Amino acid sequence: MSVDNAYAVELKGVTFKRGSRSIFNNVDIRIPRGKVTGIMGPSGCGKTTLLRLIGAQLRPASGEVWVAGQNLPTLSRSDLFDARKQMGVLFQSGALFTDLDVFENVAFPLRVHTQLSDEMIRDIVLMKLQAVGLRGAFELMPDELSGGMKRRVALARAIALDPQILMYDEPFVGQDPIAMGVLVRLIRLLNDALGITSIVVSHDLAETASIADYLYVVGDGQVLGQGTPQELMNSDNPRIRQFMKGDPDGPVPFHFPAPDYRADLLGKR
Amino acid sequence: MRRKSLLERIRLFGRAAIDVLAVLGRSWLFLLHALIGRGGIGGSFQLLVKQLYSVGVLSLAIIVVSGIFIGMVLSLQGFNILSSYGSEQAVGQMIALTLLRELGPVVTALLFAGRAGSALTAEIGNMKSTEQLSSLEMIGVDPLKYIVAPRLWAGFISLPLLAMIFSVVGIWGGSWVAVDWLGVYEGSFWSNMQNSVSFTDDVLNGVIKSVVFAFVVTWIAVFQGYDCEPTSEGISRATTKTVVYASLAVLGLDFILTALMFGDF
Repeated sequence: MSVDNAYAVELKGVTFKRGSRSIFNNVDIRIPRGKVTGIMGPSGCGKTTLLRLIGAQLRPASGEVWVAGQNLPTLSRSDLFDARKQMGVLFQSGALFTDLDVFENVAFPLRVHTQLSDEMIRDIVLMKLQAVGLRGAFELMPDELSGGMKRRVALARAIALDPQILMYDEPFVGQDPIAMGVLVRLIRLLNDALGITSIVVSHDLAETASIADYLYVVGDGQVLGQGTPQELMNSDNPRIRQFMKGDPDGPVPFHFPAPDYRADLLGKR
Repeated sequence: MRRKSLLERIRLFGRAAIDVLAVLGRSWLFLLHALIGRGGIGGSFQLLVKQLYSVGVLSLAIIVVSGIFIGMVLSLQGFNILSSYGSEQAVGQMIALTLLRELGPVVTALLFAGRAGSALTAEIGNMKSTEQLSSLEMIGVDPLKYIVAPRLWAGFISLPLLAMIFSVVGIWGGSWVAVDWLGVYEGSFWSNMQNSVSFTDDVLNGVIKSVVFAFVVTWIAVFQGYDCEPTSEGISRATTKTVVYASLAVLGLDFILTALMFGDF
């Protein structure tokens, strides 16, 4: 089966379960090539799971995950590792290698996947670090960096091999306003400068909507809505409106399901 | 608390049995993927050397100190018992056979499980909880080849060497107590040992035991780290499991191996 060239990633009829609980149920998602696509939804709705499905770190119970013309769940273990060279992921924690300094963290993908000389690797690493504004920090160890700096180093490492697809897992969580502003600008800048496809998984509405060309809102194991940020803001779907406006109560209730409050308070203990 | 029905108990027992089988299956697949196939040990000699240092060289101190003291204690106890029969000259033979056949491989494996095994589990578990393993996967590097395989090989190589060192320093410690302190004649001490220790029956069997223990202890340690729940509690539980499972496996296997090697059925 072929895929549409306009899309860098296509999920077709994907169902994923943890035990008997269904996380995604027959989901179809298409990520346009060369654009920033946001995947949004409330905490715990499976956004990170979706990234792991795209990266084939998880296998769906059924359905197809097409990335760069390959249906990843059907690939062998070694082919899968080859296919991942075209992807970069910025993990929520940064996931820097704690025994390597900043320079070696960024150089790592180049050392394991290329035969470049040390001089060439040095130049590339410094260019990547310059792109994220941390060239001066190349000698520091990960435990000497702030949370925002760690993510920027991880971003430099993620783009070291010039991937076609860059995925961001909750990039804005726990960042101060300055670090958040830097990351927002970098995601857009890298996407446009490198001509890559960016997938941003986040529940930070304002930041994601400000840089995304296209948004998906997921919840209850399904795609609740999709469109440009403006289209979703004006959506008639009450669940999407609740999420986009940040209303505490609505179709997604404020209270976790519980017995009657009065009966619970006055009832037998 | 509600009493469980018989059917419920059978169901829980069946579930536990399935879980054990699933873990066994995962651990075998884990081992095969780590040791066999593309990108094995050949491409990561530097990683192996680094792990040999952290797993083997850094365990030397505890192995040497324990070996010396155990040899010295054996010497004291042996002299005490053998002198009542007027056979204190045989203390060298007793120390050598005890260390080479049993205490060398077994105590080294137990110490190795506590020092290096727990460190391996905690290190890999921590890499999992900080998403370093996931990060490697997404960079296109197989963590089983890059992280697990060098540690497995380092354990396989280190433990037998450490067991040999343990036996050697134990015999040296024993000779110091027996010859230099308790006054056993040096010639008898060493010649009795030389006459009674067989290379194939004693030295080689001891080495075989330590190779088997190395395989089991290192496998348990790295698998527990890789398979643990990626939380602080999960890592702590996995580290405990490594020490407990590895120690029990060593003692159980020691009985089986001793029966096979030295049993006269």
